[in-house]
Amino acid sequence: MNPKRKQRLYMALFLLLVASGITALLIQISGENMNMFYPPADVVAGKAPVGEPLRAGGMVLDGSVQRSESDLGVSFVLTDHKGAEFMVRYTGILPDLFREGQGILVQGQISQNGVFEATEVLAKHDENYMPPELMELQGQQPVKQAPSMPGYPASAQDQTRLPAGAGYDS
Amino acid sequence: MIPELGNFALMLASVLALGGACLGLYAPKEPVLQNGVLSMVFGQWAFSLLAFVALVYAFMVDDFSVSYVANQSNSLLPWYYKISAAWGGHEGSFLLWILIMGTWMLAFALRSDQYPERFTARALGVLSLLNLGFICFALFTSNPFLRLIPLTPADGADLNPLLQDFGLIVHPPLLYAGYVGLAIPFAMAVAALLEGRVDATWARWCRTWTNMAWALLTCGIALGSWWAYYELGWGGWWSWDPVENASFMPWLAATALVHSLSVTENRGTFKSWTLLLAITAFSFSLLGAFIVRSGVLTSVHSFAVDPERGMYILIFLAVVVGGSLSLYAARASQSTANVSYQVLSREFFMLMNNVIMVVSLAVVLWGTLAPIGYEALTGGRISIGTPFFNAFFVPLGLVLLGTLALVPVLNWKRTRGQVVASVSQAFGLALVLGAVVWFALDPASLLVAGAVTLSVWVVLTHARQLWLRLGKGRVPAAYLGMTLAHLGFAMGTLGIAITATQSVESDVRMSPQSQIELAGQQVTFTGVIEVLGPNYRAQQGVFIVTDGDTSYELRPEKRQYFAGGNTMTEAAISAGFFADTYLSLGEPLDGGAWAVRAHYKPLVRWIWIGALLMAAGGILAVFDKRYARQRRRQEAPVAKVAAT
Repeated sequence: MNPKRKQRLYMALFLLLVASGITALLIQISGENMNMFYPPADVVAGKAPVGEPLRAGGMVLDGSVQRSESDLGVSFVLTDHKGAEFMVRYTGILPDLFREGQGILVQGQISQNGVFEATEVLAKHDENYMPPELMELQGQQPVKQAPSMPGYPASAQDQTRLPAGAGYDS
Repeated sequence: MIPELGNFALMLASVLALGGACLGLYAPKEPVLQNGVLSMVFGQWAFSLLAFVALVYAFMVDDFSVSYVANQSNSLLPWYYKISAAWGGHEGSFLLWILIMGTWMLAFALRSDQYPERFTARALGVLSLLNLGFICFALFTSNPFLRLIPLTPADGADLNPLLQDFGLIVHPPLLYAGYVGLAIPFAMAVAALLEGRVDATWARWCRTWTNMAWALLTCGIALGSWWAYYELGWGGWWSWDPVENASFMPWLAATALVHSLSVTENRGTFKSWTLLLAITAFSFSLLGAFIVRSGVLTSVHSFAVDPERGMYILIFLAVVVGGSLSLYAARASQSTANVSYQVLSREFFMLMNNVIMVVSLAVVLWGTLAPIGYEALTGGRISIGTPFFNAFFVPLGLVLLGTLALVPVLNWKRTRGQVVASVSQAFGLALVLGAVVWFALDPASLLVAGAVTLSVWVVLTHARQLWLRLGKGRVPAAYLGMTLAHLGFAMGTLGIAITATQSVESDVRMSPQSQIELAGQQVTFTGVIEVLGPNYRAQQGVFIVTDGDTSYELRPEKRQYFAGGNTMTEAAISAGFFADTYLSLGEPLDGGAWAVRAHYKPLVRWIWIGALLMAAGGILAVFDKRYARQRRRQEAPVAKVAAT
C-alpha cells in the first residue's frame, strides 16, 4: 500500500470511529432525556412507570379544577371520557388556553400514590388545535386544522374542527 | 378580477421558470440565447412580484371572496397588518418565498457580468428549476388566489392576534431571504460541478452570496427569538421547538460553509467538502420548509397539516437532494489537493469549526427527527426535551469558544509557537475575571465561569489583534467583518450562559397592594384595570417596580380580540442593556388576586445583539475590496490578498 492510500485509510477509519462515537452518544443521551406519552387508560392501568419523567394527556374533567388559597398550586383530573381518570397536581401558571373540557398535555412524573406531579402543563396554542396525541384518544384522525403560530387560524369553511370535548360530557 | 390576474401572473412565471431551466441547463454558447436566460429570470421576478402585489391588493380592499384573505384578515385590521397578513398564513407566505427567490435570482443575474457566460447560464438554469418547483407547489397545492364564490363571508376570520405585531412584519421576510438565499451557493455549486471547475475564483464568487444569505438568516432567527420572548408571554427565547430547529440546521450548515469557503478561496483546498456543504445548507433549508409546512412535526409554528403538501415537498426534497448528491458523487474531484498544514494554522482551525458545526447539525437533526422515527417504528409517542440539546451544546459551545480565541493570531499553513504564546496573557486576564465571576455567583457554577473566561478571552485576543493591525495601517473589510462576527458570537454565548443560569424566575400569586422582591427590586401590584384597544379589550395589570431610588411602572395585559376568541398575554418588559425585568399576567384567582410571572433576566439582550453583530460582520466582509465587481472582459490577474 502506498503511503497516500495508507493515509487515506487511516483518515477513513478515524472518521468512522468519530461518527460511531457521536451516534452512540446521541442514542444514549436522547434515551436518557426521552419522555414517553401515556393516555389516561395507561396511567390508570399502571402501565406508566412510577417516578420517571413522562408525558400524559387527556381532557380536563369539568368541575375538577381546584386551586390553592395561598399559592399557585392547582389540581385537576384528566380523563378520556371512557372511564379512565387520574389526578394531576401542579404549581405554577397555567397556559392561556387551559380550561375545563380542554385537551391538555402534562409533563412530570407519577408519584407513589398515583397522583401525577406535573412540572409543565401544555395546552393548545389555538382554539382549534388539538395535540395529535389527544386526537387519537378521541378516536379522530388528525384533522386539517393544525397548531398555529405564524398561524393558521380557523378557516371559515372548515367542518373538521374539534369542538373542545363536545359530546363527551356525561 | 385582480386575484385572477395574480393567479395568471404566477402561471406565466412558472412557464418562464420552465423555459429558463431548460435553456439555462443547456448552457448555450450563443450570446442571444444567453441573454434569453437572463430575460426569463427577469420575467420570473416581474411576474412573481405582480402576483404578490395582487394578493396584497386583495388584502387592502378586504376582498373576502378570496378564501385566503377571508381566513387571514378582517375589516377591522389596521392597514399595516393587512399588508403583513399577506404572509401570515401558509399560502401567502409561500408566495413571498417565491418572490424572494425571484429577487435573489434577479440580483444574481444583474451581477453576472463578472462570471463566465456559460457558468451564469447554468447557475440560473438550476435556480429556475428550483423556482419552477416552488411555483408549481404554490399553484397545485397552496394557491392563495382561490375564491369562495358564492359563499363569500361578510367579514374575515381575522389574523391570529399573535401575529398582529411588528415582529411578524419583518421576521418571515428576513428568514425567507436567508433560507432562499442559500439556493445561490447551491446553484453555483451545481453549476461548478457541471462545468467540472471548482477553484479559488469560484470560491471568491460564492463567498459574497453565502455571506449575505447567512447574515440574513442570522437576523431572521434572532428576530424570531426576540419575538417569541416578548410576544408569547412565558419569557423564553429558545425552546428547541422543531421549527426553531428547522431554521437552526441550515444556519449551522451555512456557518460551516462560510468558513470552508474561506479556505477554498485562500488555499485552494477543502474543495469537495465546500461543495458538499453548499448542497447540504440548501437541502436543510428545504427540509425546514418540509417540517414547517407538512405538519409532520407538531409545533407551535406549524401551518396546516396537509398530507398532499407534505408529500409534494418530500418528493421535491428527494429530487433536489438526490440529484445534487448524485452529481456530486459523479463529479466531485477525486484528487486530493497536495496542501499541507500544521495544527496551529488557520486551515486546521477552520476544520475544527466545520467539525463542530457538523456535529451540532447531527445533534439537532437527531433531536428533531427521532420522535418521528420512534413513532414510525414502534407506534409510541415520545418527546425529546431541552436537557438532550444542552448535554451537547454546552460542551460544544465551550470548545468552540476555546478554539475561537486563538483564531486572530493564526496564519495560513503554520504559525510560530511564540505568536500563539502571546494569547496566553489574554487568557490569564480572562481567567482572573472568570474566577471573580465564579466567586460572585450563587450558586457557584464552573460552567458559567468557564463560559465567561472563554468569551472574555475571545474578546481580548480579537481586540488586541485588531488594535495591532490598525496600528499598521488599513485593515481589510473582510478582517473587520470576521472580528465583528466573532465578537458577536462571544457576546451572544455570554448572554446565553448568563441568562440561562442566572435569571430569577418567580411565578407567584399576588393580591392587590401586595409586594414581592425580585432580584433586589420591589414589585408592587396595584390592581387590574380595563382598557380598550383598537380591535381588542384588555385587562391591564398595574405594577410599580422600585429599584433603590428609581421606580417605574409596568403594565402587562391580558387581551381579548373582538374577532377571535383567543386570550393573548402581552408581557410588560423594562428592557436594559444589562438586564430585563419581565412581567406577565397569568390567570385571575379568587379575591382579585392574579397569577403573575415575574422574571429578572440578566444579559438576555446580549443574545440578540450578539447575533446582529455576527450578521453585520458577515455583511461587512462582503464589502472587501477583493470582492469588488470585476467585469469579465477586463479581468485583471487576481491580486493575492494576504489578509484573512
